[in-house]
Amino acid sequence: MSFSPLRAFIRLSALGVIVLVSGSLLWSHFDSGEPTPLSEAKPDPALAEAVARVDAAFRASWARSGLEPAPEADALTLARRLSLALTGAPPSLEEIRRLEALPAGADPVAAWLDHLFADRRSADYLAERFARAFVGVETGPFLVYRRRRLVTWLGDQIHENRPYDAIVRDLVAAEGLWTTQPETNFLTVTVVEGGKEGPDEMKLAGRTARAFLGLSLDCVQCHDDLFGDRWKQADFHQLAAFFAPADLNLTGIHDRPDKSYETRYLGAKAAVEVPPLVPYDRDLFTQAGKPREQLARWITHPGNAPFARAAVSRAWAILFGKPLVDPVDNLPIEGPFPPGLEELAREFTAGGQDLRQLLRLISMTAPFRRESRSADPDKPTTPGAEAAWAAFPVTPLRPEQVAGSVIQASTLRALDSDTHILQKLRRFGETRDFVKRYGDPGEDEFAGESGTIPQRLLLMNGKLVRERTEPNPIMNASTRIAKCSPSDEAAVNAAFLASLTRYPGPAELGHFSGLLAGRKGNARDEALADLCWALINSTEFSWNR
Amino acid sequence: MNPHLPSGCGSPDHLRAWSRRRFLQGSALAGLGWLTPLSRQLARGAEATGKRPKSVIVLWMEGGMSQLESFDPHPGSAIAYGGKAINTAAKGLRFGAGLPLTAGLANDFSVIRSVTSKEGDHSRATYNVKTGYRPFPNLVHPSIGAIICHALPGPGGTTVDLPSHISILPGGFPARGGYLGARHDAFQTGDPVQPIPDVRAPATGDRQRQRLDSLAVLEQSFAKGRLAHLGSERTLHRTLVERAQRLMSSEQLAAFDVGGVPAAERAAFGDSPFGRGCLSAIRLIEAGVRCVEVTLRGWDTHIDNAEGQATQLALLDPALSALIRGLKDRDLYDDTLLLVATEFGRTPNLNVAEGRDHWPHGFSVLLGGGGLRGGIAVGETDPHGEKREPARTVRVEDVHATILRRLGIDTSEELQTPMGRPIKLSEGRVIQELA
Repeated sequence: MSFSPLRAFIRLSALGVIVLVSGSLLWSHFDSGEPTPLSEAKPDPALAEAVARVDAAFRASWARSGLEPAPEADALTLARRLSLALTGAPPSLEEIRRLEALPAGADPVAAWLDHLFADRRSADYLAERFARAFVGVETGPFLVYRRRRLVTWLGDQIHENRPYDAIVRDLVAAEGLWTTQPETNFLTVTVVEGGKEGPDEMKLAGRTARAFLGLSLDCVQCHDDLFGDRWKQADFHQLAAFFAPADLNLTGIHDRPDKSYETRYLGAKAAVEVPPLVPYDRDLFTQAGKPREQLARWITHPGNAPFARAAVSRAWAILFGKPLVDPVDNLPIEGPFPPGLEELAREFTAGGQDLRQLLRLISMTAPFRRESRSADPDKPTTPGAEAAWAAFPVTPLRPEQVAGSVIQASTLRALDSDTHILQKLRRFGETRDFVKRYGDPGEDEFAGESGTIPQRLLLMNGKLVRERTEPNPIMNASTRIAKCSPSDEAAVNAAFLASLTRYPGPAELGHFSGLLAGRKGNARDEALADLCWALINSTEFSWNR
Repeated sequence: MNPHLPSGCGSPDHLRAWSRRRFLQGSALAGLGWLTPLSRQLARGAEATGKRPKSVIVLWMEGGMSQLESFDPHPGSAIAYGGKAINTAAKGLRFGAGLPLTAGLANDFSVIRSVTSKEGDHSRATYNVKTGYRPFPNLVHPSIGAIICHALPGPGGTTVDLPSHISILPGGFPARGGYLGARHDAFQTGDPVQPIPDVRAPATGDRQRQRLDSLAVLEQSFAKGRLAHLGSERTLHRTLVERAQRLMSSEQLAAFDVGGVPAAERAAFGDSPFGRGCLSAIRLIEAGVRCVEVTLRGWDTHIDNAEGQATQLALLDPALSALIRGLKDRDLYDDTLLLVATEFGRTPNLNVAEGRDHWPHGFSVLLGGGGLRGGIAVGETDPHGEKREPARTVRVEDVHATILRRLGIDTSEELQTPMGRPIKLSEGRVIQELA
């Protein structure tokens, strides 16, 4: 084939365009430019009144116990808590600059929540957190369960801010194929692989009680409640009977009215047919529609207080790293309730079971705004103050939050829905590998355990931290901070903000500035890498405060 | 429809042994348990019993080892599909033809041929066999290695830098600490010829010291105004860093590495990651590790069972036999319990792809060492595959109880779980034939 100047020109032009577009995309990723201030949130008087009602309950409780609440946390501390809870990663340096550019007097929490809710990443992260309660973390039956589809569907609902009760009704009463009707995966996850019986009604009964009502009825599957006489074996099986007609075939999940449910109660000689019946508040129950529709309507009835309490306790746990009532899925049905729970549950129901508004409400309450430390170092916070929420509890981050923190800390721009697909893929792979070695507690989300030595080894010596902190002028924040910061103090400030979302204290600033002083070139890059390593390995980095 | 009483919860008699119930110690100091709590380890050191610690090796056959091709052959029967059996060193005991080396040591262990469970799904069955309990909602039971590390916290009289619970080639379901805490999760490592993950510091010398000094500055700042015992009772940060550093610089790490073992000794285990894992397991037990799990994947032979199982047995046979010989040569076999287990067996009849499917209704495990009786087979499956129930049924939890009791652990001890429910270490009964 002969040489054609025209063809060569066209090819070179195309190549040039590709290089220019890629370069500009890459540059736009790394160039943080001048920060655009966040938009101020619109005042919400109704929300403010609700916050005041909830706060009154807590403040009265603190006064009764003679507890002095910890000081109010600053905007950066609150932003870190919210970003970790709603996106699984701390704020980026660029986002922090935008927050700092807010006009004086603007409410940083309200503006920050608007900022986070506007991006799809918060819906996706919350979907994963709620999915753990709804379907657990197991891979489930191979052919008929698609967890990813369910999580994406949940993310869609949360992003559209669909009322929580409507989401739950869809899950409980779902019908159709697990691929085209993702909510049916709530049922298909319980199908025993190779089993021919369809969804497992007992697993569904236990899951429904725990996830949606905050009640652990699993033990009364086998016998009446041994620790009190509130729950009977019949309560569990009558709840299971609602799910018994659910059948699985090639067209998905459908109810078969002829399928009944039998069980043999402890001490009985023979199995008996069990009718569907709700375990309490039967006056709220109506019989119209199919059995699961009836159950879904009863669960989400505005008068069904455990439903609202369970939602509140889980939302609280996501924001604080610790549930309002521990464990999160075993709340008392008749009290006593801790301060704030009933007030929050009432507000949630009155507000139309709006999950986003519930998260706003909890974020603005006095407990969430507390510092996790006292103003006087000689009088530190106490476990009692933490237990009463008079000080923000210091809790371990979840594995994916630690991974998200390492990755975000090494990237000056926010890793959000606008992030380049290659960056997203890299983050996905890194997070998966890190969590596998760090250890995922699965459904036991709020165990609050101290760290382990393998976790410590992973942070000190593991691949992710090494690759994300070592000198690398293109990929890592440490080197870019080393090269771009106008002074040693500015470099230390930037590294602290990117990793811990706070400025260094005087002793810290002095120590780290001293380590950078006089260093140039590679030595300076290495000193910044060392600083980032130390920040990532600090307690503060992998604990919520 | 559920015509039978559900059994997922175990026993209804939670309160029977209420007075004997022992609660877990406060999580704070127990948090050091990954290497065993220092104080308890020192306390055990002071016991000066002069005895070596009891240890356990679990060889995990992931995917479902076929009982018919391994420890429970029925040669000549239709369900053998031409599979052969060989005599073993134990009188009257025959194994599949793929285990000639192991067969020669049959007096050193016994096989249980009648283990049954109700779990036919890989993840649920693995959970069942590794923990002795069926999966239960909102509760994760500890694996047997974690129970042992909890109940026998420290090797007496020695200082061990290594983790007490290790999983080599961990596979899809590595042993977990469950409600005993992540501190009892097995430390996971790969093929022993590969570097041990995460124990080499990226910086060395002065740079590493400088990093640690900087870390101390940050920790001091973080502690100000926060809980008085934040570091010592909740985060355990300093202790964890110190223990991590101790491990990183420990000479005992050499126990993982089989690179320096003479070629002839290595060759006896077979040239495979699993074989090297078994060799490493001996060295780790010798160094004082409490429980080592080594996984051999690839037993899920739904297609061409004969070929698939033969391939796996060729990996298992040299490794298992060399492991037993190695432990005996080092005088460790009587103090080390050996369990070869799998999540379930495989169906008596072949499917259309000449594979065998999942069969939890009578499968084989091997138990040896630790002073247990060897050379016998407990239980019997139907040679024609017609009767589902084997003779002398052994439940999964009975295998657990046998191991725990042999180690001197009181299986009736009840631990308080996070959901507020006391649970026994094991609900099983000791297999008397092995006593």
